[in-house]
Amino acid sequence: MMSDAPAMRPAPRTPALAGRVKAALVLFVLFALMPPLASALNDPFYVLIGTRILAYAIAAMALDLILGFGALVSFGHAAYLGFGAYAVAILSSYGIDDLFLQIAAGIVMSAGFALITGAISLRTQGVYFIMITLAFGQMAFFFFISLSAYGGDDGYSLSQRSGVLGTDLLGSDYGLYYTTLALLIAVFVLCNRIVNSRFGRVFTGIRENRTRMEAVGYAPFRFQLTAFVISACLTSVAGVLLANQAQFVSPAFMSWHRSGELIVMVVLGGVGTLTGGIVGAVVALLLEEWLGMLTHHWPLLFGTFLVLMVLFSPRGITGLIERLGIGRGRR
Amino acid sequence: MMNLFVLQLLNGVQLGVLLFLIAAGLTLVFGIMDVINLAHGVLYMVGAYLIATFAALTGSFWWGLLLMLPAAVVVGLLIEVVIIRRLYARSHLDQVLATFGLVMIASELVEIVWGTSPLSVPMPEMLSGSVPLMGPLRYPVYRIAVILAGLAVAAGLYVVVNHTRIGMLLRAGATNRMMVSALGVDINKLFAIVFTLGAVLACLAGALVAPILSVDTGMGESVLILAFVVVVIGGIGSIKGAFLGALLVAVVDTLGGVFGPFLLRSLLDPAAAGQMGRVLAPMLVYILMAVILFARPAGLFGRRA
Repeated sequence: MMSDAPAMRPAPRTPALAGRVKAALVLFVLFALMPPLASALNDPFYVLIGTRILAYAIAAMALDLILGFGALVSFGHAAYLGFGAYAVAILSSYGIDDLFLQIAAGIVMSAGFALITGAISLRTQGVYFIMITLAFGQMAFFFFISLSAYGGDDGYSLSQRSGVLGTDLLGSDYGLYYTTLALLIAVFVLCNRIVNSRFGRVFTGIRENRTRMEAVGYAPFRFQLTAFVISACLTSVAGVLLANQAQFVSPAFMSWHRSGELIVMVVLGGVGTLTGGIVGAVVALLLEEWLGMLTHHWPLLFGTFLVLMVLFSPRGITGLIERLGIGRGRR
Repeated sequence: MMNLFVLQLLNGVQLGVLLFLIAAGLTLVFGIMDVINLAHGVLYMVGAYLIATFAALTGSFWWGLLLMLPAAVVVGLLIEVVIIRRLYARSHLDQVLATFGLVMIASELVEIVWGTSPLSVPMPEMLSGSVPLMGPLRYPVYRIAVILAGLAVAAGLYVVVNHTRIGMLLRAGATNRMMVSALGVDINKLFAIVFTLGAVLACLAGALVAPILSVDTGMGESVLILAFVVVVIGGIGSIKGAFLGALLVAVVDTLGGVFGPFLLRSLLDPAAAGQMGRVLAPMLVYILMAVILFARPAGLFGRRA
């Protein structure tokens, strides 16, 4: 059963690839089983939390595409969550409430912004890149804060969820959950194909040895910019779903803390694994929920957890997770 | 109009001087230690809270300021020894995560210790009031004092960096860390000094601004990102770049917010100009950064990125 999925890929299979797909399949099956379980426990609230986790999993996976496979630490990815979310708000205020049109609008906005800011940010590397993406993310944040037509700082409530091809599929929490899961699977399949494609191999090659890839005749900038734009577009899909989940849109979606949380998710789950983004989103958000129940000051505990993980796991958080055997299927 | 311009220009310079105090430490830490420190804005906030506490305890702004400085040294050293020191050899990603965690910890600790309601620091008696500037225009003495204090620190930093042995090591470290270490300089000590110096400068900025702003837990955030923009514009590791970058960013930010709508009004109808001005003004600094980076990817005074 495992071997069917990679059969459509032209690239040769390696054990790590099969492992990644296997891990993803297990996760997807577990996700699919969650709602019936939640309704059996008579706690449908879990379905909404689950939707939020799946949406963040999409964003984290999209970020992993450039962070893990290209070592591009973008600290402004929350902006694209915001573009997706505001695509829902803006289009629905004009009476366009089809999910796919809203996703398309989010993608167009994100692609435009990512193309311009990515082209500038990618002229630099390392610390510069981190700070510049952070600054551009903040620029988008301030743009939506001052956009008074859509509530500015206070945000904008959505009267109803998006429609899907004229049906009210997302009207029920279960419909939204399974739609989000379907999109998560679609994004995984797409990312997996990208990573295994010739494009993905060149992109990863640039991470490993930029000079050599240049010498072989590839222009790193073009590959990195393309990957950056793809990652931004996929992240905006998560934003569309989050807006539907909360039925509310505000600049808080785009704060730099949110960008930081996305990075935390990717690293928690394992950098450069795709499924790591999913695991990371589950772990980080459940940890947040759990610590939030323990104390009002949960960021203190979460922050301590982060610092300790980085300091005392010799190879960073990824190393610890690997040692525990969770982040399987690394490249 | 002219009066307003002068007033806002002075406000811009005052903000710029504070930004410089924050960005100077940040740019040194980046340039010399190659560490990205997201918690630098936290230090600015801690400085403000420290002076609020000490000023309330002693009943005097000056004693507060005096007591704040050694406390800032302790805070800076503590963070360096406990966390930052272990991050030098790590990837930027690890540094981002650890200092992001530090931001969470520090913000919550401040909230636990000082509560969520904003504090205020009384303005020192001898610096309250305002002085006539030109014509009917008056300007608060305290803000002038902040500008002068900031310029004095900048001058002091210039002397230290360019005319002392430790400054020579700093410059050498920013140029080639490995070489300095290979020449037998205790790089750990140098790093600790650099980080603590940066921490004290950030705390000082927070302390100076405390009497004019309300002291609250969110104050570090906006300043951190602006300081990043300053460092990026000025070029990593360059004090001169940080100084000019800080003034440029602050003046553009301050004047843009006030005069942007005026300028737009000559191009558009008033309603549209007002709306667009409000949207564009907060983005102006980032557009400035984008333009400068487009021309010079390493910043104004940076070596290659």
